[in-house]
Amino acid sequence: MNIDRRDFLKVALAGATTALTTGTAQARPPKELSPDAVGILYDATLCIGCKACEVGCKDANAMPMEADPALEQAEGVQGIWDASSDLDSRTLNKIKAYAQGTAAVKDRDHDGYSFIKRACMHCVDPDCVSACPVSALTKDPVTGIVGYNPDACIGCRYCQLACPFNIPKFEFDKPFPKIVKCEMCRHLQAEGGIPACCAACPTGASLFGRVSDLLQEGHRRLSFKPGERQEYPIHSLDSGDSRSAEVRGYYPRVYGETETGGTQYLLLAGVPFEDLGLPPLGPESSARLSETIQHTIYQGLAAPALLLGGLVYTVYRRTEDERHDDPASQADEEDRRHD
Amino acid sequence: MTEVYRPLGGRLLTRQFYFLGVIVLIGAYFTLRRFIFGIGDVSNLSDGFPWGIWITYDVVTGTAVACGGYAMALLVYIFNRGQFHPMIRVALLASAFGYTLAGASIIVDVGRYWQLYNVFLPQYMNLNSVMLEVALCVTLYTLVLWIEFSPAILEAMKANRALRLVRHALFFFIGLGILLPTMHQSSLGSLLIIAGHKVHPLWQTPIIPLLFLITAIAMGYGMVVFESLYAAVNLGRRLETDLLSRVGAIIPWLLIAYLVIRIGELALSGDLAHLWQPGLEPWLFAVEVALFLYAILILLDAEKRRRPTQLFWSALAVVLAGALYRFDAFLVAYDPGPGWHYFPAVGEMMITLAIIAFEIMAYLFFVKKTPILAAEPHAKYTTTGQAPHSQHTTIRGASA
Repeated sequence: MNIDRRDFLKVALAGATTALTTGTAQARPPKELSPDAVGILYDATLCIGCKACEVGCKDANAMPMEADPALEQAEGVQGIWDASSDLDSRTLNKIKAYAQGTAAVKDRDHDGYSFIKRACMHCVDPDCVSACPVSALTKDPVTGIVGYNPDACIGCRYCQLACPFNIPKFEFDKPFPKIVKCEMCRHLQAEGGIPACCAACPTGASLFGRVSDLLQEGHRRLSFKPGERQEYPIHSLDSGDSRSAEVRGYYPRVYGETETGGTQYLLLAGVPFEDLGLPPLGPESSARLSETIQHTIYQGLAAPALLLGGLVYTVYRRTEDERHDDPASQADEEDRRHD
Repeated sequence: MTEVYRPLGGRLLTRQFYFLGVIVLIGAYFTLRRFIFGIGDVSNLSDGFPWGIWITYDVVTGTAVACGGYAMALLVYIFNRGQFHPMIRVALLASAFGYTLAGASIIVDVGRYWQLYNVFLPQYMNLNSVMLEVALCVTLYTLVLWIEFSPAILEAMKANRALRLVRHALFFFIGLGILLPTMHQSSLGSLLIIAGHKVHPLWQTPIIPLLFLITAIAMGYGMVVFESLYAAVNLGRRLETDLLSRVGAIIPWLLIAYLVIRIGELALSGDLAHLWQPGLEPWLFAVEVALFLYAILILLDAEKRRRPTQLFWSALAVVLAGALYRFDAFLVAYDPGPGWHYFPAVGEMMITLAIIAFEIMAYLFFVKKTPILAAEPHAKYTTTGQAPHSQHTTIRGASA
């Protein structure tokens, strides 16, 4: 039995050695923002809740309406309202409202209200892209848009589990379902256009541009004094169009600057982002931790290969008898004896 | 290691068998509906809870419960405990079924099943994905399990030439069959790391792969003990109390290691403080630990683990605790945010129950018709497979 233990220890030691030598591998470095990455800056203090962005989005992406059967029955109408209350498999962007107390004043967290626009954040280091086993979700190396390829997707929904913002939606009501998410109107951008939500927004609340420029614009707005009048560009940073508006005051943060390693969809608001349903996230993506752990164990498959060698060798020595005696004929003999 | 396996014989189409058949038919009805009307028609899965009992039970818990073959192979071939060799084949059978049906349930759960082969195409593979590792590893291991189990089928077919061939290559597949579960049983835990804050801090930890691996092995041994005792009572087999109590003796050390690592890590990271916060999660954690502690206390006691009843309940506790750990981590302590709730729908549960029922039916078919169980030289075989219990409770020596 001592010899057996020694053999086992050899195997274990071999495994441990590889695990340790490869285990010194560095944590996977954080993903960098592409210099040409594009994004959207949403400023809740400019948003008037008109939902033109939602209409533009549905139109540009040929998304069907989401009916509310109870509402339709109560009003005795059908097919009139697009009545989804949140992002779903027919809704790629959504204006939501926050209201507290008397909800008297806009962009105030106590006895106030605020709008918030939810859509894919197009993370710099997206968890969904790391999670997808078949590369159906990919991040464009230039624009940074997180796109979806239904021809690759197996529908495992691991992206939904992975996304810290619950963005990817799944067509549970269809026999041949797809994952649905905002792809920043990449088909319009390919033709020189801008995302439909930004094109539709009359106030500049949804603003398209290069992420680095948008971040700069965000910080410029954080320096504004409440009550003063400022020029706000509309549609896109370089559209040349702008409008003058009174500054309502900002919660002093650009959401998405650091969250989960940074996002290309950036948010400004007058109330704390937690109130608007945005999760408080650290500066590192879960993908980074997950990949670091996984690659430490499986780097180059060295540790598994070595372990396999040890295991097969040990089993080979243990099964010597089994290979040499002929169990089939023996079984036949046994049969005869019992019969 | 030259024990002889033989079919148990007896009537297959018992009343229980028909009952299981009815459950399978009900499950088949809902499965059909799922493929015609979509996943939402039969399940309560949602964008907040994209994974329900199909993943949590059928795949994550189902394959852990099916770790008997892996756990016994570790014991027999790596730790060289030849006396357990007679138990390998039936453990492999349960493992082969557990994994095959986990794979089958994936086809039901996955939305775009007709493209499932994409995981095997290099141009689609994402080597950063934990899911890819799980998918490839589980598929490969299912094949390996059937190869490891094939001697039983080949013996039944009297295909001696093929049998000899398999026997000579088997050592490689046994080795592979130990490596692969080590990889994917840990990765099943790693799946949750990327879910970040959605998994409660009492379960979310970077060492979750290690915790899943240890509990999977413990559940494997627990299941071997549980199945043997179940077979003894229901199939008229002799109680192998001595051998089983020795298998049971391994479990507490695994569980102690698990509890020390899990609670130690929580203490070091400071997340142990979540135990004193209100809510359901601290209680779930306490129930898990209590079940594990119960099993540890019984199985550490050499006297107690020789009593079939004590052995039975403690083995069941190990399996239940491991299952609860998985259910908590994947579902109960999983919180995607306000407004999302999940409880499985009837159709969803029936599909899962049908898979379990099918597994038991297939198990009964195989042990009765093919040489799986080690022959008992002095046992009396009854034609119905129902034997009085009393005469089978003799304690048998270690060498079969």
